[in-house]
Amino acid sequence: MRTRIVQFPGSNCDHDAHHAVKHVLGEEDTEFVWHKSESIGDEVDLVILPGGFSYGDYLRTGAIARFSPVMKDVIRFANAGGTVLGICNGFQVLCESGLLPGVLMRNESLKFVCKEVYLQTENNATRFTSTVTKGRTLKIPIAHGEGNFMATDEVLADLESNGQVVFRYASKHGEIDRGSNPNGSLNNIAGIVNKEGNVFGMMPHPERACEIMLGSSDGLAIFQSLQASFQHVQGAHHFVSEAA
Amino acid sequence: MSFYVYIAIERKEAILDPSGKAAEHALGSLGFSGVSNARIGKLVRLKVEAATAEDARHIGEEAARKLLSNAIMEEFSVIEVTDQPHLSAGAHA
Repeated sequence: MRTRIVQFPGSNCDHDAHHAVKHVLGEEDTEFVWHKSESIGDEVDLVILPGGFSYGDYLRTGAIARFSPVMKDVIRFANAGGTVLGICNGFQVLCESGLLPGVLMRNESLKFVCKEVYLQTENNATRFTSTVTKGRTLKIPIAHGEGNFMATDEVLADLESNGQVVFRYASKHGEIDRGSNPNGSLNNIAGIVNKEGNVFGMMPHPERACEIMLGSSDGLAIFQSLQASFQHVQGAHHFVSEAA
Repeated sequence: MSFYVYIAIERKEAILDPSGKAAEHALGSLGFSGVSNARIGKLVRLKVEAATAEDARHIGEEAARKLLSNAIMEEFSVIEVTDQPHLSAGAHA
């Protein structure tokens, strides 16, 4: 899985994502791409926009990173069907760039919230969640001040009816209730995928929950799902070339 | 010519503004009765080179549309275009 991790000034989960993909998952071809670069390079499977505080979160979270030189190529890659995972600040950048609908506003409490939360998996028919059993709750940490997902009524109805809501904040036992919502997000939304299924954003940090010694390895399922999806694609491609 | 373009950015009315709410409660406890619906937004000042004030306004509007505001949650308005680096109300204060 040829993975490129974009580094913006202020990214601070870039190395965590790199560690998770390269060392925990064992994907050798994992590289950083500096935001000033005009290209993510050729032959890329996965682009990760990591967490952090790109450009100090000035103006709005993700608003300035969205205009970094590299984002033009990330948007081109995504529009051509390339797989993009945005985590926390990366999710905010995806919303600002229009690759995902909606916006992430200041937490309802006005507080930065840093804690482990439970996620209910609403859709496991995506390339990001295919190895997660539907209905299984995942324990993954959040660390954000602006994770309050908001969209217009029409967009929200679309997201719900298309199954684009992938994760919701839930109780340990999977109940989706007000008490489990850490930031005021509409419908307890923690992660959404685009209509085409290739761009996914989530506020919780799966890269910080890939090893038991960190308190949870539930986040690994997301990277394993991606790994499986590329093995499948490569396998299928191989099969086609052999047949030809 | 140089113009100063002032742009006010506010959250849409339907969107909860928790910082405005917090200020409103504090004003209430200070005895400001009859003060409600506090909303806290942003004021951006741009120095713009343009032929006319109208051109400067258009550039300010374009900047607000493309970057300074997010149309999902915010509305903006150019509240003043002036050759002074302060709002006209400020000059009389």
